[in-house]
Amino acid sequence: MTEPVLSVKNLSTHFFTRGGVVKAVDGVSFDLARGEIMGLVGESGSGKTVTGFSLIGLVDAPGRIVEGSVKLNGTELTTLSEKAMRTRRGNEISMIFQDPIATLNPMLTIGQQMKLAIDAHERLSPQAAEARSAELLTQVGIPSAKARLRAYPHEFSGGMRQRVAIAIALLHRPAVIVADEPTTALDVSIQAQILFQMRDLARETGTAMIWISHDLAVVSSLASKLAVMYAGRIVEQGPTATLLRDPRHPYTAGLIASLPAMAKPGTPLTQIPGSTPSLLSLPPGCPFAPRCDHADDVCKTAPALTMQGNRGWRCYHPVGQDAGVPA
Amino acid sequence: MLGFIIQRFLQAVVVMAVMSVIVFCGVYAIGNPIDIVIPPEATEDIRAEAIRRLGLDRPLYEQYFIFVGNLLQGDLGRSFVYNIPVLELIGGRLPATLELVLISVVSATVLGVSLGIYAGYRPDSWVSKTIMAVSVLGFSVPSFWVGLILILFFAVHLGWLPAGGRGDTVEIWGVAWSFPTLDGLSHIVLPAANLALFKLAMMIRLARAGTREIMLTDTIKFARAAGLSEATILRRHLLKLISIPIITVFGLELGSTLAFAVVTETIFSWPGVGKLIIDSITVLDRPVMVAYLIIVAFLFVTINFVIDLVFALIDPRVRHGASA
Ligand SMILES: Nc1ncnc2c1ncn2[C@@H]1O[C@H](COP(=O)(O)OP(=O)(O)OP(=O)(O)O)[C@@H](O)[C@H]1O
Ligand code: SF4
Ligand SMILES: [Mg+2]
Repeated sequence: MTEPVLSVKNLSTHFFTRGGVVKAVDGVSFDLARGEIMGLVGESGSGKTVTGFSLIGLVDAPGRIVEGSVKLNGTELTTLSEKAMRTRRGNEISMIFQDPIATLNPMLTIGQQMKLAIDAHERLSPQAAEARSAELLTQVGIPSAKARLRAYPHEFSGGMRQRVAIAIALLHRPAVIVADEPTTALDVSIQAQILFQMRDLARETGTAMIWISHDLAVVSSLASKLAVMYAGRIVEQGPTATLLRDPRHPYTAGLIASLPAMAKPGTPLTQIPGSTPSLLSLPPGCPFAPRCDHADDVCKTAPALTMQGNRGWRCYHPVGQDAGVPA
Repeated sequence: MLGFIIQRFLQAVVVMAVMSVIVFCGVYAIGNPIDIVIPPEATEDIRAEAIRRLGLDRPLYEQYFIFVGNLLQGDLGRSFVYNIPVLELIGGRLPATLELVLISVVSATVLGVSLGIYAGYRPDSWVSKTIMAVSVLGFSVPSFWVGLILILFFAVHLGWLPAGGRGDTVEIWGVAWSFPTLDGLSHIVLPAANLALFKLAMMIRLARAGTREIMLTDTIKFARAAGLSEATILRRHLLKLISIPIITVFGLELGSTLAFAVVTETIFSWPGVGKLIIDSITVLDRPVMVAYLIIVAFLFVTINFVIDLVFALIDPRVRHGASA
């Protein structure tokens, strides 16, 4: 087996607020191979974005990584100096965000913003920088790229702005891109276009991707493996097909049951009852217990990770195991 | 872009026209200057003659049109009191005010924006807290009091700087300026500092608020995620993004300080237009008051016009007439 490009072990990021410690990310582990796409799904507030920012070393105060390891191409990132981390950000690992309107600077041209991103890591002549920028814009599907370098963000549609952001993130051919719900704010048709373009780009360039979304349907069409996050923890992870067909964790099962494609025609969509608990006052034990049909006394202590082949889950009473043969 | 300039220019013309009516009527309604320019013991004939000579016997609208007609030819009338052309009178005083105000507003802006960005960038450091304390002080201490304290401390107690006047001046384009000479500069320091304190406080607040807001946006996060250094982010992203309100306030402050530097000019015996207008009001020297207000209105309109152009220059959304 080849060395993973990104290896995350027991990563914990906590926010030390006035109200107490918010364990936004709590013991997250996963590996990512070259060119692999992993979907990171979970409800709002489950810690997906904080996980992404932890990977690129941009956790805002009062938060910080309190534990764990992030290895990128064999280099430990969590102990790097800010200066050394900066030379990797945007270069070996980059991130794109949900709202393309907010990410680009409205007062600089696309070309200027791409030039800044190039200059951050490389000395290129203005001509070479322009050529590289235009090449990237073309790759992400922006027509007449060279002329568009002189345009300002407000002259682009939302979908086109997101493509520009993606092009900026790809400028230095990073090993890993963290994509934080980059299509959520866009029209469904454009969403699909960008989704598949990103998948192809990942394939061509060997860039691995972490695709963050609260929408299991979107992610599963793209990612070869999934990590399901709940209250700061990954409660289940494994190959996409396996998880969709045969979930172990009751939360994953609930998410799948609420997918429109999974509902029997004519029946209402299933919803997981209750809502995400406040991370400030998490009960000891399994954080999903208050919403879980299978909860009992054992669940009052936190369930450890159960591994089975290339999948794993955190639950004392996994579903589906009696019924089927594990994949 | 050209359409934008023309539109703004027409707006400025309309504003000036309206201002001239308001100023003229407003000043007309105040007191009767005849009682001041003519000695009480003068005969009825002399009185009537004076009234006719000054054009005060004509109907108000006629006086206005004569006034505007003269105005357009660059003639703002003669001072009742000094009996010299008003333009000459004000023109002789304006450079003093101009250099004082420009120096104080520009240095308050440069210093205030730098301090404000620092305070917004590192809100929890003790340096930032000190900066904010200074800004609270600048807001709450009355200007005349600060002026007096400055004189007491730097001029009287330490004897480092002169307490008033313009000092040595140099003629440039036939106008006397203090700033090119060392002695002149030393005379400017205290009144400029006095004028600048409030503006400094305001610029600090403005830059700090803008910085705090912008630093939390996705634009900055995305720039960081692309690996830009903090210095580049501050210089290339932040400075542009916080500039609009700062330039707006800069323009307003420049205009209003030019018009109303009265208190500081009085305390530091600075021979600017502020002192002139106060004197003119007490003796109801109507042409000076009217001309002064017209010039002030003109300055405001011009500054606003320039500021609009600057906006269009730095913000593509204004330039392209986008609503976003
Ligand atoms: N600066 C902060 N200070 C305190 N708590 C924070 C801060 N940033 C994030 N958190 C907490 O971390 C938790 C995880 O937030 P995160 O943004 O990662 O959620 P998410 O899964 O990305 O949700 P969404 O789908 O809404 O984007 C939240 O409960 C949030 O309250
Ligand atoms: S550990 Fe218990 S409470 Fe938690 S998901 Fe499994 S069964 Fe439900
Ligand atoms: Mg998020």
